[in-house]
Amino acid sequence: MKLTEKDVRYVAALANLNLADDEIAQMLHDLDGILGQMDALAGIDTEGVAPMAQVLFDAEENSTLRADVERAPLSNDLAVQNAPISGEGYFKVPRVIER
Amino acid sequence: MTRHTITSIREGLLAKQFSAVEIAREALEFAERENPKTNAYLMLCSERALAAASEVDRKLAAGEETGALAGVPIAVKDVILTKGVRTTCASKMLEHYIPPYDATAIERIEAAGGVIVGKTNCDEFAMGSSNENSYFGPVRNPVAPDRVPGGSSGGSAAVVAQGTAVVSLGSDTGGSIRQPASFCGVVGVTPTYGRVSRYGLVAFASSLDHIGPFARNVKDSATLLETMAGRDPMDSTSAAAPVGSYTDRLDGDVRGMKVGLPIEYMKHASGETAARIHEAVAKLRTMGCEVQDISLPSTDYAIATYYIICTAEASSNLARYDGVRYTFRAADSGSLGAMYRNTRGEGFGAEVKRRIMLGTYVLSHGYYDAYYLKAQKVRALIARDFTNAFQKVDAIVAPVSPFPAFRIGEKVNDPVSMYLSDIYTITGSLAGIPCMSVPCGSTAPSADAPALPVGLQILCNYFEERKMFRLAHAFENS
Repeated sequence: MKLTEKDVRYVAALANLNLADDEIAQMLHDLDGILGQMDALAGIDTEGVAPMAQVLFDAEENSTLRADVERAPLSNDLAVQNAPISGEGYFKVPRVIER
Repeated sequence: MTRHTITSIREGLLAKQFSAVEIAREALEFAERENPKTNAYLMLCSERALAAASEVDRKLAAGEETGALAGVPIAVKDVILTKGVRTTCASKMLEHYIPPYDATAIERIEAAGGVIVGKTNCDEFAMGSSNENSYFGPVRNPVAPDRVPGGSSGGSAAVVAQGTAVVSLGSDTGGSIRQPASFCGVVGVTPTYGRVSRYGLVAFASSLDHIGPFARNVKDSATLLETMAGRDPMDSTSAAAPVGSYTDRLDGDVRGMKVGLPIEYMKHASGETAARIHEAVAKLRTMGCEVQDISLPSTDYAIATYYIICTAEASSNLARYDGVRYTFRAADSGSLGAMYRNTRGEGFGAEVKRRIMLGTYVLSHGYYDAYYLKAQKVRALIARDFTNAFQKVDAIVAPVSPFPAFRIGEKVNDPVSMYLSDIYTITGSLAGIPCMSVPCGSTAPSADAPALPVGLQILCNYFEERKMFRLAHAFENS
């Protein structure tokens, strides 16, 4: 075992993920097995290799720019239409500032 | 519906054998009737389909140009946004989500006369290799109903195999188009990274996500891809390179084409799958291709590399589902923090949670260099393997999956084994090169299993879709 239950709870907190106790136990088992596979990378010689963060192609420096033409934005109504709770054009969330 | 191709629909419309509305109705009724057998569609969008079909009929009557996909019933994986039509990512989290805009791929398809008939089932947020991770239940393989259709685009493969759509769209991050195409016996294409805009594709792993087509023949897949492909200002990673035509001179000569067979892939392949691939190689030789062994030495590290990168990107991309903007919020949300944690705990399924956890772990303080940065460096080595190989060969052929469609439930409790099944497809995904699956026969039926489809994978260098389609077309017709 490489991971501990404490590690799993710590990572779940980082991810804002509420996990039940049985999920924590299962996660510990699964993550430990998968991370064991991933440790195989440690032995590979990558000295001097530049990390590949994205698939990139040769292109003009400004090729990702578009013409500066005005376009209609998403309307306020559409932007909040999928919110579980909205009002006055805003997303509503539980109170975060105590008065 | 099963008899139709893009070409046959075009010819039928021009000869007035049927109207686009008649074809759309036939497709919708057939899908309604057949869907209980597979659970491949999550939703049919009759209203939108009939409106698009009416427009095609109007243009035909007026003598206007109708576009390359005129009247063709097309199904769309439910991770691709369709304005006003529910898009769920097969997740409880987005069960009631109605997109406010269309994906660029959808806009281009409808501009070319395509008729979107419905949204297809898939693994939740496209995470899975069997379509068993859907909140709305698994999809059954139309060829063998007790087996999976593959994943994550299982529904899109199944509807094309079943004939309830003529072509469909899937998304591929590590094999999610090619593997289900091979399991269901249809053609599936993952284009060069950036060839099709990702605007409106719900993000899973942004540096690996692709949209691509499923079809019952190579020509239809080429037609659908060339309709969607090309630079889009809404996706800064979409490629500026010109698309050209994938269908023009599709039947060109492949004699003398140099084809590589990776020794590292074939050493894992066994049984019936390996036998079909060896037969396919023999066929390529009789077609005049020069087949030679090649080496892709970093192959063994691909799975670890892939599952580090894709989970890291996923953990970041899925941070947005927090109960504020996207429909679902847990009932118990007293404080802001509790709302985030409970919404995500209740809204995501087991596999999505597993990947968020893995991704968060590999990005966390103290592990970033050992996992994420290391994986990005190994990814560069994997891409370099292909670049080196394409100096010697025009195309690479390989299996798509180590085994054919497996039974529903067979691997669901063993994530390591499930991840290992992606071995042949993730290398191409990591490099970002175009690759596809084309049917190459079936396993021999036994007491245990009926004949199950096997796919041959064809991989080409960046932006060489045209060459890839030509080889696939020649193989299909030989």
